[in-house]
Amino acid sequence: MSVIEAIVFYIFAGLLVFSSVFILFGRNIIRSAMWLMAALGAVAALLLLLGANYLAAVQLVLYIGGVLVLIVFGVMLTAKSPYIRYDVKLHEQIAGFVVGGLLLAGLLVALLNSPWPKPPGVVSDQAASVRDFGERLLTSYWLPFELVSLLLLAVMVGAAVLARPEKR
Amino acid sequence: MSDIFVPWRKRPPRHDAGPSGLVARLAVGLYRIGSPIVRRFPGTLFILASTAAILATGAIGYGMYTIYRLSEMSLPMGPDAKPATVVEIQERLSQLGLPVPATVVWCFQSSLVRDVVALLGIIAFVSVLAMFAIWWERKVSAHIQSRLGPMRVGGWHGWSQSLADGLKLIGKEDLIPTEADRPLYRLAPYLAFVPALAAFIFLPFGAYWVMRDLDVALIILLAVLAIEVIGVLVGGWASNNKWSVYGALREACQVVSYEIPMGISLLVPVMIAGSLRLSDIAGSQQGGWFHWLAWHSPWAFLAMFLYFIASLAACKRAPFDLPEAESELVAGFHTEYSGFRWSLFFFAEYAAMFLVSGLLVILFLGGWDAPWAGLDDWLGRALGWHWLISLSQSQNPYDRLFHGVFFSGPLWFIGKAMVLVYVQLWLRWTLPRLRIDQVLYSCVQVMLPLTIVVLVASAVWEMAVQEMPGFSVFASLISPVIAFIGILGCGSAAAAIITGTIGRRALVGTMAVERPLRGG
Repeated sequence: MSVIEAIVFYIFAGLLVFSSVFILFGRNIIRSAMWLMAALGAVAALLLLLGANYLAAVQLVLYIGGVLVLIVFGVMLTAKSPYIRYDVKLHEQIAGFVVGGLLLAGLLVALLNSPWPKPPGVVSDQAASVRDFGERLLTSYWLPFELVSLLLLAVMVGAAVLARPEKR
Repeated sequence: MSDIFVPWRKRPPRHDAGPSGLVARLAVGLYRIGSPIVRRFPGTLFILASTAAILATGAIGYGMYTIYRLSEMSLPMGPDAKPATVVEIQERLSQLGLPVPATVVWCFQSSLVRDVVALLGIIAFVSVLAMFAIWWERKVSAHIQSRLGPMRVGGWHGWSQSLADGLKLIGKEDLIPTEADRPLYRLAPYLAFVPALAAFIFLPFGAYWVMRDLDVALIILLAVLAIEVIGVLVGGWASNNKWSVYGALREACQVVSYEIPMGISLLVPVMIAGSLRLSDIAGSQQGGWFHWLAWHSPWAFLAMFLYFIASLAACKRAPFDLPEAESELVAGFHTEYSGFRWSLFFFAEYAAMFLVSGLLVILFLGGWDAPWAGLDDWLGRALGWHWLISLSQSQNPYDRLFHGVFFSGPLWFIGKAMVLVYVQLWLRWTLPRLRIDQVLYSCVQVMLPLTIVVLVASAVWEMAVQEMPGFSVFASLISPVIAFIGILGCGSAAAAIITGTIGRRALVGTMAVERPLRGG
C-alpha cells in the first residue's frame, strides 16, 4: 500500500467511523439519514480503493436510492413537525442492544476464525470483473441468487397487497 | 391576536468580518476593476482567455514530452501503455548527465499531468457548457414564442448574457431563511453540483478521451445521477418552505419511479454489446450510421425512446418539470435559494442534461462516430487511396486530427449530445406539464411494463440471432430498414427546422424584426 493509498484509506475509514457515531447519537432523522449516506459513501470509497469497482457502484446505486426512499417515505410522509426528533424507549434500547450484540458477535467470530492477514494469492490486486461476477452468480451461486430474488418478489407482492384499496 | 402583530425580527449582523468578508470585499473590488474592461472588450477577452488556456495545456504537455524525450523513453500513448516511474526517469536522466531534481520530474510525470489536465478540462467544459446552455435555452424559448430573447450583452445575439448573469449571481447576497436547517441548506447545492461534475470523469468523449475508463462506468454514472437527486431533496427539505418541500417530494417520487424503466432500458444495449464499460459499448458501434445500436433491432430502437423519456424525468425537464413547476410552486425546490447557491443547482441541471444525452449517444447512437464513419475505409479500398485507410492509426498528429474532425472524435460526440440537448429544450417549450399522478401513472403502468417487454423481447431476439441462422438473416434485413426510418426521422426534423428558419419572418412578433429596435 503506497503512502497516498494509506492516506486515502484513513480519511475514508475515519469518515466512516465518525458518521456512524453521528447516526447513532443524532436526534434529527433527516440529519441521521444524511450521516447514513456519508457512511455508505465512505464504504463505497473503500471498496473502490480495494479495486472492487462493481461492488462500489452497486453500493452507491442501491443505498443512495435506499436513503432517498427512507427520507421520502419513512420521514416526510409520516412527519408531524418540521424537525422530527425521536425519543428512544427502554424496550427499544434493549432490543437494539440485543440485535447489535448478536451482529457484533457473529462478525467477531467470522473475523477471528479467518487467517489474518490473508496469505498472498487469496486476494488478488484486482477484484473480479463484472463478467466473472455475473458468471459466478448464475453458476456456482445460483441458489442464493434465486432465493434473494424470490425474497424480493415476496416483498413486492406484499407491498402490492398492502397498497391495494379495500374491496367492498 | 397578539401573535399576529409580532414586530420584525432584528436583522442578523452582517457577515462581512473574517475570511468570508475578505472574500466578499475582494470580489467587489475585482468587479469594480473588471466590469468596465469586460463591458468594453468582451469578445477580445473571450478569445484571449481561450488562447491562454490552450497555450497553458500545451506548455504542460510540452514539458512532459521534453522530459520523456530527454530521458529517451517512449511516451505512454494508447490504452495499455505503462508510464515510466519518476525514479526510472530520474536515473535515466542522471545517466545521461542531466541531473534534474526529482521534484521537477514528479511534476511532469504522465499520470499526474493527464489527471490534472483532464480535471481542469472537465471543470472548464461543464462551466462553459452550462453557461452556453442557459443562453441557448433562453434563445430557443424566445424563438419558439416568437420573441428575440437576450440581444444586448456582448454584441452578437447577447452571447455573453450568462457570463454577466453569473457575475451578478456571485455578487448577490447569500440569503438563508432563519428557520432553515442551516448546515443542510448550505450543503444541498454542492450535493447536487459535485456529482454532476464527477460523472464527467467516467464519460468517454472519444476513444481514449476519458479520464477513468471503469468497467462499471454505466452503473457508476447512474449512481452519481441519483446522488444529485438527494441534493435537490435535501435542499427542498432544509429550506423549511412548503413549496420547496412539495417540489423536493415530487422530485424524489418521480426519480425513484423513473429510475427503474431507465435502468431496464439501458440493459438492452448492454446486453447487445456485452459490456458495462461505456467505451466498449461505443467502440462496438464504430463504422457509421448502419452499425449504431439504435438500429440493431426493433427492440433497441424502442428502448432508445423509452430511455429518452425516462431521462427527461431523471433530470427534471418538461413535461416532467414538476419539482420546479413555476406556475404552481413559485420555483419548487430552489424557492429560497439565491445567488451562487442557486446557480449551482442550474449548473447541475444543465450538466445532467448533457450527461443523459451523452449516455444515449454512447449507448444507442454510435458514440463519437460520424454518420459516414466507415466511408474512409470504404473509399480507401474502392479508390485505392491507402492514406485514407490508415488515417486513424497514423503517427502524424495532423492526420489523426483530420480523421477526428471528419470521421470520429470528441467533436462528433459533443455535437450529437448537443442535438439531443436541443431536443430537450424544444420539448420543454412546446409540451405542457403533466400532473404528478399522471407522471406516476405513465411510469408505473405504461413505461415499466413496456420496458420489461422490450428487455425480454430483446433477449429472445439476441438469442435467436445467435442460435438460428435463418433468423439472423432476417435480423440483418430488418436492421437497415430501421436505419432508413432513422434517416427519414432525422431528415424530416432537419427539413422542419430549415423551413421554420426560412419562414420565420412570416411570424407575428419581434422575431420578424431581426434586431432590437433603436432606443427600445
